[in-house]
Amino acid sequence: MFVINCPYCGERDQQEFKAGGEAHIERPKQPTELSDDEWAEYLFMRKNIKGVQYERWNHAHGCRKWFNMIRDTSNDEIKAIYKMGEKPPSI
Amino acid sequence: MSENLRVKSSQYIDETTRVSFKFNGTTYYGFKGDTLASALLANNVHLVGRSFKYHRPRGIMTSGSEEPNAIVQINPNTNRTEPNVRATEVEIYEGMEASSQNCWPSVNFDIGGINNFLSPLLPAGFYYKTFMWPASFWEKYEYFIRHSAGLGKSPTLKDPDIYDHRNIHCDVLVVGAGISGILAAKNAAKNNYKTLLLDEKNELGGSTIYENNESNKIDNKISSEWLKKEIEELKNIKNLEMKTRTSVAAYHQYNYLLARENLTDHLEKKDKINKIRQRLLKIRAKKVILATGALERPMVFNNNDRPGIMLSSAIKKYSDFYGVACGRKIIFFTNNDSAYESAISLNDKGIKVEAVVDIRKQSETNLEKRVIDAGIKIYWEHTVVDTSGYKRLNNVSIMKLSNDGTSVTGNKISISCDCLGVAGGWTPAVHLYTQSGSKLAFDEDKKIFIPNKNNSDQISVGSCCGDFKLDEILKNLNEKLKDFLDINKTDFENITVKNDEEISKRNIWLLPSDKALGKTKPFVDYQNDATAKDIKLALREGFRSIEHVKRYTTTGMGTDQGKLGNMHALGIIADTAGVKMGELGTTTFRPPYTPLTFGTIVGRNVGKFFDIFRRTPMNDWHVEQKAEFENVGQWKRAWYYPIDGETMHQAVQRESKAARESSGILDASTLGKIDIQGSDASEFLNRVYTNAWSKLGIGKCRYGLMLNEDGMVYDDGVTTRLGENHYLMTTTTGGAANVLGKLEDYLQTEWPELDVYLTSVTDQFATASLCGPNSKKILKKIIPDLDLSDENFPHMSFKEAKIGSIVCRIMRISFTGEQSFEINVQASYGKALWEKCIEAGKEFNITPYGTETMHLLRAEKGFIIVGQDTDGTMTPIDLQMDWIVSKKKYDFIGKRSLNRSDTMREDRKQLVGLLTDDPKVVLEEGAQIVSELKKNPVEMLGHVTSSYFSPNLNKSIALAVVRGGKDMMGKKLFIPMEDKTINVTVSNPVFFDQTNERLNA
Repeated sequence: MFVINCPYCGERDQQEFKAGGEAHIERPKQPTELSDDEWAEYLFMRKNIKGVQYERWNHAHGCRKWFNMIRDTSNDEIKAIYKMGEKPPSI
Repeated sequence: MSENLRVKSSQYIDETTRVSFKFNGTTYYGFKGDTLASALLANNVHLVGRSFKYHRPRGIMTSGSEEPNAIVQINPNTNRTEPNVRATEVEIYEGMEASSQNCWPSVNFDIGGINNFLSPLLPAGFYYKTFMWPASFWEKYEYFIRHSAGLGKSPTLKDPDIYDHRNIHCDVLVVGAGISGILAAKNAAKNNYKTLLLDEKNELGGSTIYENNESNKIDNKISSEWLKKEIEELKNIKNLEMKTRTSVAAYHQYNYLLARENLTDHLEKKDKINKIRQRLLKIRAKKVILATGALERPMVFNNNDRPGIMLSSAIKKYSDFYGVACGRKIIFFTNNDSAYESAISLNDKGIKVEAVVDIRKQSETNLEKRVIDAGIKIYWEHTVVDTSGYKRLNNVSIMKLSNDGTSVTGNKISISCDCLGVAGGWTPAVHLYTQSGSKLAFDEDKKIFIPNKNNSDQISVGSCCGDFKLDEILKNLNEKLKDFLDINKTDFENITVKNDEEISKRNIWLLPSDKALGKTKPFVDYQNDATAKDIKLALREGFRSIEHVKRYTTTGMGTDQGKLGNMHALGIIADTAGVKMGELGTTTFRPPYTPLTFGTIVGRNVGKFFDIFRRTPMNDWHVEQKAEFENVGQWKRAWYYPIDGETMHQAVQRESKAARESSGILDASTLGKIDIQGSDASEFLNRVYTNAWSKLGIGKCRYGLMLNEDGMVYDDGVTTRLGENHYLMTTTTGGAANVLGKLEDYLQTEWPELDVYLTSVTDQFATASLCGPNSKKILKKIIPDLDLSDENFPHMSFKEAKIGSIVCRIMRISFTGEQSFEINVQASYGKALWEKCIEAGKEFNITPYGTETMHLLRAEKGFIIVGQDTDGTMTPIDLQMDWIVSKKKYDFIGKRSLNRSDTMREDRKQLVGLLTDDPKVVLEEGAQIVSELKKNPVEMLGHVTSSYFSPNLNKSIALAVVRGGKDMMGKKLFIPMEDKTINVTVSNPVFFDQTNERLNA
């Protein structure tokens, strides 16, 4: 179980958090302009990398804020945590 | 009756307190401080169990948690019984009973022993190969196979004990309180680290604490004496918490460890009552020091499993710690120096050691000299080729090893004995280390896996990292601690250590015999009866991966997880396949290190705390009325209110008739309620619901349907506009938390520019839903000043009013098709409100109804329940709810998906009504629907989602999803059941009051 450093609350146990899948997939501003394939790309396609992955996490049993995390899925090392809307730090 | 093999009083055993216990029905005596194993050995009982597959007699092998054979059932047939307990760990107490497992009728005469003679017919994979066909027979085979196998019996009575969980945060956790662990903990705590020291044994000090070897000295004291002083000092150190009888079960990432603290298992029955039996410690440590020690290896030779064959180190511990001789004529068989230390120690206590058989070449050392001086014969370059004695070892045969160690030569020498101590070298206990995600390396010289790449802030010290000699251990410990704890010096920096030099080891994984391998039984995994032959067979049959060989032969798959035999299995595979052990890798070390009870895992979450429930403010009233309850999400909801022994069907028929004919009342407090405020609240609702919200007037209500981005229906509910920038959204009972989560997600991540605030107010309001033609009259009685005319308070609108001084929010909305008023009050007034409604409604025969009647009433109206009539694959179009999907809005969640080619297919499953040809037949929910009966295989068109007998229509009605159902109005379909086929006709899903006249009546 990880220790996650919530950008709003500080270090907490993983059991207070909920994982929310791959980060930096923006909802298209004009969905109706997209082809079925382009919409399907947004809707269904997610990376599942062994290695460094950018993820969304939510402090569900805490401040309920969403934030981003960079995690190495091969050893679960958390490399960085940053707020929603911020650019990912270089790692 | 029994013999006494106590040799010398031991300071660790309280010989003034005699303890009586029963084993397999016979009463024995031991002393306070004895384990079951040491007490049995003191009574010269070696035979304690039978092996799993061949039912061979087995004895006590070890002195610790790695024991593969001596596993027993404690207190059989009582409410405190526990199976698969290691006799080497459990401490005896007055009145304890234990019995052997896996034998019938008794350990002395076991019918299953026939398997031993059939063993040539039972190679690895026997069960897989034999019972594969015919496949349908497996169920019959399985009964007999399961019956003849099996270890202990799981308890059937309620567990009387209390279990607990505790969270611990510390700076430094030290696992294992041998000499390394004690010095590490002491130095950490002295340097202001908050330190926790754990050990699975009941005494601190590991194996050093009973060390009596004159050659191993620290500061000119025997190492055990020196260590005792160190332990004494621990008591005065602040910052240090110590726990014995505490086994670390798991080491997870981020230094999160689980340990089981055993508090009452060693106490007499009367002292166990009302105390916590075991506690699960959930430890989060900043730094972890693993000092888990090493396990001695046995050796793999023919018939190496007889009762009386034990680890050399175990024999030493039984004599030095417990004062028990494991036999009267003992032989040691070794490939390293450990057995010599054991032999000398035993000899000092007057226990007869017949000989030492050593596979190494002769060398002259201090140790060898002392053994010879004691009159013990050493057979250099010899190996044991066979043993005899069915229930107790009585003889070993030895022969000279060839130079390459693969065969034997010369004459067979036979030596009589009653105990054989084997010393195959030491294996570092790296179980916890690898569980943490850290990686091992193989030391080809020492033939051991050692810690290599750490995955968190941790170090391994002492023999668990491959240091075996005292001087080496303490020197490396000193350096490692200084670095790890960031300190300049330790308090044992300047000690002087003296110990024997070691003769080089010789490692032979599978020792040869004068017989062909096929005629021998060299056991690798004692508990699962896997032999070296089985492993070689697996390799011949093409298995290569160590993980596959393990599963095929079941090596290492017992309750001991192969703590003794796994290294030999690896070695034999490597030798046979001609690869290096380091390249082979290991099987995965999985938690728990030793078995945990279920009680420890669940802790306090038993009985009414197993799964907690939410109850509405009106709950007490429902209970008083003897309502039946149904679980909805975490809620306990009133299901129906039976009167005078009514069945559910009778109660629901009565309740639903009353609701339509006069008045009914439902506790709707469980519906999810989300308060939405902010200047962009209307825009937000436009984006999350399929219909338009901007033009909804203040004080008006609207039904909304929420989709997922994939276009599938996610939730529904009525939202009321309370003010210009203020809405109250209701959600389904089960979906409340997820809907709030989803809305927050969109607000925070996709639309942070919107000025919207969400607050869950589900628990803050209690809701009574008054329904039926007389509901208006009842409400009028409660709130006389409120104008309830259709002009002032029409359907789908909201009023705030007061009952006395209590403010209430009233929505005129309907889920039943009748005139209804949902009255919301602050939760604490919920029961008062409810009782007031019941009182006022008496003259109108007001009838409380539960969720079942609610479901029936809404089904009559064709209203869907999300999650019952939908399953995550239904779009609003599939539900024939096109009217709620805005064509004008540019975007809302899921809109784009409604135009995907797949969601636009005409032959999707669509919601329809079904009427049975025989109006009395009620369909089963979930029943499959077909259009023809003769075809094979027949095409399933869909299934029944909701089905009831409607008392108001006096016929059976059902909702169903049917492929292409929209265009099937009036079509005849079939529902084949086990005993009959039911004919149905597709109909409009709205069965009752299709023009909604009753809402305004």
